[in-house]
Amino acid sequence: MNYSGFRVFWEGLTGNAGWKPAWRDPDPRAEYDIVIVGGGGHGLATAYYLAKEFGQRNIAVVEKGWIGSGNVGRNTTIVRSNYLLPGNEPFYEFSLKLWEGLEQDFNFNAMVSQRGIVNLYHSDAQRDAFARRGNAMRLAGADAVLLDQDGIRELCPFLDFDNARFPIRGGLWQPRGGTVRHDAVAWGYARGADKNGVDILQNCEVTGFQIDNGVCKGVETSRGKIRAKKVAVCVAGSSSRVMERAGMRLPIESHVLQAFVTEGLKPIIPGVITFGAGHFYVSQSDKGGLVFGGDIDGYNTYAQRGNLPVVEDVCEGGMAIMPMIGRARVLRMWGGVVDMSMDGSPFIDKTAIEGLYFNGGWCYGGFKATPASGYCYAHLIARGEPHPVAVDYRLDRFRHGAMIDEKGAGAQPNLH
Amino acid sequence: MIIEHPLLGPRDAAEFTYLGDAAMIDRPDWQSGDAIREFHDYLYLRDNPAGEHRELWFHEQGDRSWLVVTRNTTTHEITKVELARDTALASGRHR
Ligand SMILES: Cc1cc2nc3c(=O)[nH]c(=O)nc-3n(C[C@H](O)[C@H](O)[C@H](O)COP(=O)(O)OP(=O)(O)OC[C@H]3O[C@@H](n4cnc5c(N)ncnc54)[C@H](O)[C@@H]3O)c2cc1C
Repeated sequence: MNYSGFRVFWEGLTGNAGWKPAWRDPDPRAEYDIVIVGGGGHGLATAYYLAKEFGQRNIAVVEKGWIGSGNVGRNTTIVRSNYLLPGNEPFYEFSLKLWEGLEQDFNFNAMVSQRGIVNLYHSDAQRDAFARRGNAMRLAGADAVLLDQDGIRELCPFLDFDNARFPIRGGLWQPRGGTVRHDAVAWGYARGADKNGVDILQNCEVTGFQIDNGVCKGVETSRGKIRAKKVAVCVAGSSSRVMERAGMRLPIESHVLQAFVTEGLKPIIPGVITFGAGHFYVSQSDKGGLVFGGDIDGYNTYAQRGNLPVVEDVCEGGMAIMPMIGRARVLRMWGGVVDMSMDGSPFIDKTAIEGLYFNGGWCYGGFKATPASGYCYAHLIARGEPHPVAVDYRLDRFRHGAMIDEKGAGAQPNLH
Repeated sequence: MIIEHPLLGPRDAAEFTYLGDAAMIDRPDWQSGDAIREFHDYLYLRDNPAGEHRELWFHEQGDRSWLVVTRNTTTHEITKVELARDTALASGRHR
């Protein structure tokens, strides 16, 4: 069934009796050509592009809970392509371009909203760094505008420009950045993949791999063994736990990132705003809630909840740039387990085990990467070689000194 | 989280900075034939377990001692806190 305005109108007139489930709930088959482990955004996008763009058939996505129960349904929905390094920026710009055409492509309203993102700067040195970043973005075909204080005043007059400690001097603005309804991304890709014949197997946890003489021949799951010619893992925060079952140790630590939503307010925040001197970022949802977050908690954890010192730190960051939100009441807060890598950048690669692929290390920023991650992973799985914008996302890059460290923080996951 | 400091008693985790897996106490031997691989694994690879984890915390806003904290990464429960110096000495480190 195709979704459209007409369809909504028609169903409204006919008692909404014609809607069907958006995807099937099949039983696992004994064998697939490709098994994707993890039904988050990346896994579902990978299945979708494998079927739609790379002509693959006979694919299953295996998810331990329900699709969207992981970080794809927990993030703060920001999409942007404002990276600096050549290993990253073309990839994220490719992703932003895919976002721009996504809703037409998979016929689902993902509420892609390009209201712009502003990274504030507070010192001369930071302005210079942002000018450099903006130039790197433009060289990769992205949009970037360096705004002075007057420019920011026009966009966000409510900021605390003359803050005694961190006065706001200007910002780097990416007008094409914005937010996307995260659950709808999972659902849209799931429906699109299902339409192309992909089996989405929920409540099906991968508990092991069948590895024979260095060749991966399938997975063991809570719903039985499934043979596969290729197995592609993308389980985000669970990466180390799952790959351990294939005997691999990863350059990854699992950490918790918290997020917060306030009561609904009238429209006040024009796009996404980030603080440049502390860690705080905020946008406003279509329902009016302020959606915000900050730093990861900073210690290894698999508990999907954080601690109070970070809550305080995030709120202080918010108060430092926009004191007007001080009386907004926080309605909900939650945490998600993020796969922090040793250089803050992700992996999309084959492993030393033939037929076993790995995608992970997305840290706190893999939502924006969902379309490109799926597309590039599908490219690697179908063609056997990396997509041109993802060639640097190799698992062995630390061996060769080829890390992609945007922050220059070194092999210390909690500092990225 | 409250960390039971062996010398100072219960302290808020916010007084500490976190380094990571306590296995980092044991640096590989730089003269070993396989030192390049060993240092790669030491620097970049982690067990990252779900469950009990021994990890290094630095009491930066306090007495600046390094602690080895045994903590469950699925519940945040802390079961043991030692001075890193003691565990390093006990494991045969003398520098
Ligand atoms: C609070 C928070 C805010 C964030 N904000 C942003 C943001 O604003 N912008 C941005 O770009 N990124 C953001 N991120 C990061 C982003 O959400 C993640 O990087 C991204 O969602 C990870 O990819 P995924 O969607 O595939 O992961 P997930 O949705 O976590 O998918 C992984 C799936 O694997 C499944 N799985 C795990 N183990 C197994 C197993 N053994 N067998 C089968 N299935 C298994 C899990 O159940 C899960 O569904 C944020 C993250 C958090 C936690």
